[in-house]
Amino acid sequence: MHEFSIMQSTLETATQQARAAEATQIHRLKVRVGKLSGVVPEALRFAFTALKTGSLADGAEFEIEEVPAVCWCANCAAEFEATRLNYECPRCHQLSGDLRRGLELELTALEIS
Amino acid sequence: MCQECGCSKPGPYTIDGKPVKASTHTHALPDGTVISHAHGRDPGHDHHHDHSHPHQILDLNTGILGGNDRVAERNRDAFEALNLLTLNVVSSPGAGKTTLLTRTLNELKGRLRCAVIVGDLATDNDAARLRTTGAPVVQIATGTLCHLEAGMVAEAMKELDLRALDALIIENVGNLVCPASFDLGEALRVVLHSVTEGEDKPLKYPPMFHSADVVIVTKTDMTAAAGFDRELALKNIRQAAPRAKVFELSSRSGDGVQAWCDYLIAQKAAAKTSH
Repeated sequence: MHEFSIMQSTLETATQQARAAEATQIHRLKVRVGKLSGVVPEALRFAFTALKTGSLADGAEFEIEEVPAVCWCANCAAEFEATRLNYECPRCHQLSGDLRRGLELELTALEIS
Repeated sequence: MCQECGCSKPGPYTIDGKPVKASTHTHALPDGTVISHAHGRDPGHDHHHDHSHPHQILDLNTGILGGNDRVAERNRDAFEALNLLTLNVVSSPGAGKTTLLTRTLNELKGRLRCAVIVGDLATDNDAARLRTTGAPVVQIATGTLCHLEAGMVAEAMKELDLRALDALIIENVGNLVCPASFDLGEALRVVLHSVTEGEDKPLKYPPMFHSADVVIVTKTDMTAAAGFDRELALKNIRQAAPRAKVFELSSRSGDGVQAWCDYLIAQKAAAKTSH
């Protein structure tokens, strides 16, 4: 759905940053995608393949780091991973509304020359 | 994304493997004007190097939706400065956003001065229904875009006299996926879930439900006809949206609408005392 427009702005940012560093090519593009970011990694990869042609990233490798949804349980004073997006603490079974990780949608690094 | 219109037409693309220099497309602006414009593309790098470049790693750690988030923060600052309670109302198509808002606007008459910004791919049918309440309504026709973005809301805000308002209600495009990623600057994100959609919507669309401040179960007058398992649905909502306040109502019969309207008035009053 919206992965195309997201990929497009990612490529725009990457191009700007690469140009600012006087690079002529992007060899690797790394992004971080949280489980709750609303972005589907496969769709993002497809959008990259479709949009990279003619850009500085035409020959680039695309790496996606997926970040799990991690909640904080105040009761146990500990983090737990909300696997299958169940926000119940596996120790005390209380629901946690305190999400610490999982919303990330970031361009983390570029390899350029 | 296109800077001129916010549309999601891809900029750089190819035909038969050849890069296309620019693409022209036509679409309608919110006021109905039809325009054509081109999306330019980067000139690229068309000379050859016979020397080698050392590879370099650039650590960026920059938010991909940084542009939208910055505009959303600007919107939020403006809403807070104006002491305006702002809602972003989202649901799948047909869950009853417009019907609920029409009812809400009528109930709140004389108690809370509201305006609506409504987004749809096409038609101003929803805007026309909302205007029957007498509230100011601004329509955003998104064209091909499946969600509202903060910049569109910033533009639409210019059409309203915000100082004369207590609450601004943004009715998003009917879609439970994409609007989850786009902050509009709202104070409350309100997610609707109609009884005709079954009980597992909250589990199927976790990002949207997790981001909800309020979840409203709508069309409760149809619970029996839809064979809706209320207990199971509430359990699923609590699981997917642990921090959300939950309402159950029927916009048609009016059951439960009062509690929702009282909540909005209380939220507005709370915002006032905190400033």
